[in-house]
Amino acid sequence: MKNSDKTVNIFLSGVGGQGTILASNILAEVFIKAGYDVKKAEVHGMAQRGGDVTTHFRFGKKVYSPLIKYGDVDFLLSFELLEALRYINWVKPEGKIIINKQKIFPPAVNLGQVKYPEDVEKIFKKYFKDNVWVVDGQGIARSLGNVQAANVVLVGAFSNFFPEINPEQFVEAIKSLLAPKLHDLNVKAFYEGRKAL
Amino acid sequence: MKKEIMQGNAAIARGAWEAGVKVAAAYPGTPSSEILRDIAENYPEIYAEWSTNEKVAVEVASGAAIAGVRAMASMKHVGLNVAADPLMTLSYTGIKGGLMIVVADDPNVHSSQNEQDSRNWARFGKIPMLEPADAQECKDFTKIAFEISEQFDTPVLLRTETRVAHSDSPVVLEDRVESNIVPGLDPKDAPKYVMVPINVRVRRKAVEEKMKKLEEYANTFKYNIMEINDTSVGVISSGVSYLYTKEVFPEWSYLKLGMVWPLPKKMIAEFAKKVKKIVIVEELDPFFETEIKAMGIKIWHGKDVIPNMYELSPEIVEKALKGKKYKEPKIRVKPEDLPRRPPNLCAGCSHRPLFYALKKLGAFVFGDIGCYTLGTAPPLQALHTTICMGAGIGQAHGAMKAIGKDALGKVVAVIGDSTFLHGGVTPLMDVVYNKGNSTTIVLDNRITGMTGHQEHPGTGFTARQEPTNAVDYAELGKALGVKSIRYIDPYNIKETMEIIKEEMNKDEPSLIIYKNAPCMLLRRAKPTERFKHPFYVVDTDKCRGCRMCLEINCPAISWQEGEGTTKDGHKRKGTTYINRDQCVGCEVCVQVCKFDAIVPGTK
Repeated sequence: MKNSDKTVNIFLSGVGGQGTILASNILAEVFIKAGYDVKKAEVHGMAQRGGDVTTHFRFGKKVYSPLIKYGDVDFLLSFELLEALRYINWVKPEGKIIINKQKIFPPAVNLGQVKYPEDVEKIFKKYFKDNVWVVDGQGIARSLGNVQAANVVLVGAFSNFFPEINPEQFVEAIKSLLAPKLHDLNVKAFYEGRKAL
Repeated sequence: MKKEIMQGNAAIARGAWEAGVKVAAAYPGTPSSEILRDIAENYPEIYAEWSTNEKVAVEVASGAAIAGVRAMASMKHVGLNVAADPLMTLSYTGIKGGLMIVVADDPNVHSSQNEQDSRNWARFGKIPMLEPADAQECKDFTKIAFEISEQFDTPVLLRTETRVAHSDSPVVLEDRVESNIVPGLDPKDAPKYVMVPINVRVRRKAVEEKMKKLEEYANTFKYNIMEINDTSVGVISSGVSYLYTKEVFPEWSYLKLGMVWPLPKKMIAEFAKKVKKIVIVEELDPFFETEIKAMGIKIWHGKDVIPNMYELSPEIVEKALKGKKYKEPKIRVKPEDLPRRPPNLCAGCSHRPLFYALKKLGAFVFGDIGCYTLGTAPPLQALHTTICMGAGIGQAHGAMKAIGKDALGKVVAVIGDSTFLHGGVTPLMDVVYNKGNSTTIVLDNRITGMTGHQEHPGTGFTARQEPTNAVDYAELGKALGVKSIRYIDPYNIKETMEIIKEEMNKDEPSLIIYKNAPCMLLRRAKPTERFKHPFYVVDTDKCRGCRMCLEINCPAISWQEGEGTTKDGHKRKGTTYINRDQCVGCEVCVQVCKFDAIVPGTK
């Protein structure tokens, strides 16, 4: 896709501790270096305590609102299936969905009071047809030796949607945000993720 | 020109540094906490402290300002209620070095106990207030706040809110410029700073003169910006509300107010003449609307369509102003049908067994503000009030005075360590002084938890991690006159219940303090070292599926459906399961299980 002057809306969702904030920080570094105006808004504070975490990420020539307008999401990048489904109504009809295959049960499911939604992938495909990609972030990260890198696997997969950006720019951003000892693993995770779509 | 992407709070810290600020004080509170943390971590030229509470923070900052340096205090909206006492009079005395007070509002109460609109403090206190919309403005407005403060001899309020404080956008970095005011204290200035009636009357007039001059200044203030486009509609707005409106109605004309108090009346009147219809878009109270209507200006839309509660967003503004013409996006899945994911106490948290014990005791628990407020959530449901920091202690005392001896054994106040020092010491003194008999439990987990681990006078470390004195809560209680002071190990449920029961029944003030129960996320305290085993598992030979262990709401424990029998033949509908990656071995579930079905795990 061509991202000319139009503002692009990316909605990230996941569960506290999954590394969604690092993922959005990587995107911010990349798009600001690419010369775009960027706005990013997240609600945290109780995120460490297992609540849901969302980030509104927008880039373009000039971005006003830090929040994406409901129904205007171009890309839903989700790190957990239920947290993807929760925001399905936010996506434009022609929007693209990239979902990590992981399930993390919320308390009410753990307590056996309600069921975890089934067939999340199918529901998305029903509405968005071929614009849905499911990535096994944990599986790929585990094969690299550390399941923690699943977030960067997802960023790698997502990077395919921005052909105008050289993957090296993502790598540079990853390196600028992580301690040197984590560089090797995460750069590998990025490229493996990039191959996953 | 160096450009960086920054959070609003980080940009305020950067702006303070660039403005030559020398002293910064704060008490943590979402969404303001990162300001002081950022200063402490990145700007050694600024003295930075976590103050005991917001009132102290404003006093520290204003003392520095009176001594001639640029100084600031930062806090959340409700923090300004605590700090209001010094603030209201600082408006009279003025300062010498620039003084800025950051107040971070929380529309939609993402993490607060109320949704008050801090702009009212500016009007009430006769203090100028600036409101940035993004990170660049956070930095620019911070710098200009100090200029205004010094030019008009007044403290200046900088109002942010969640979507400004916690949003990131590009910021152009500049160098630090030291203030040219010579620091020092001059006793001859006493009439300006001693607010006894004879001096107050003089300063009272100065306040009115200041506000008049500030209103003139507002009319030419470079961040009160008129954008004339399509003149059929003119929007008056500020901060993030302006950004939302601009996003959905880019074609309209705007008057964006960078200074939200005092209002630039001349400019507003001029704008009203240039456009056909006026719309006022503001979050929370009809603050601009009331003032602008009082000017005799006709409004097309304001709070008649824009909600006066919760936060705004692009679609809320669009829907409000388009009315029936707004097209609702398609509902594919009803979000209310999906399981919620509320926050929970961490696995191993010391508050979990404490609230379980309080629930078993059937106590009415006067609560406070912190992670432990989560003790109110089901299935624990063992915290029954949350008003403000320190409130629970005075309230428990008042309730016991109201009910009399019948309340013995039934009422307790719980309060965190940081919160106790913030606002709990004076009410405890009150309990002793007034011959009360309430019980106070200090849930000392060695850190300010909920806001992200800030130091406080009880932790033994300063904001910059230098070792310092740590308040001894028992000694403090003793000095206040409490005779019955006990420690509890909350992880020992039976003993905890016995001690609390005993103390609640005593006809005298009691103080109970956690012993060795640090926050699970506080690495330096090695919180899991005290536990005997790294994790526990459910022995399915013994588990009868009674669900008792689910009553503690531990995130590591879940229900697994499936009919079966125990080894000794008891039928069950399922068993519980412990996630070993989450379990830290706190043994709380072990004590709750009546069938010895939870046993140490082996790797």
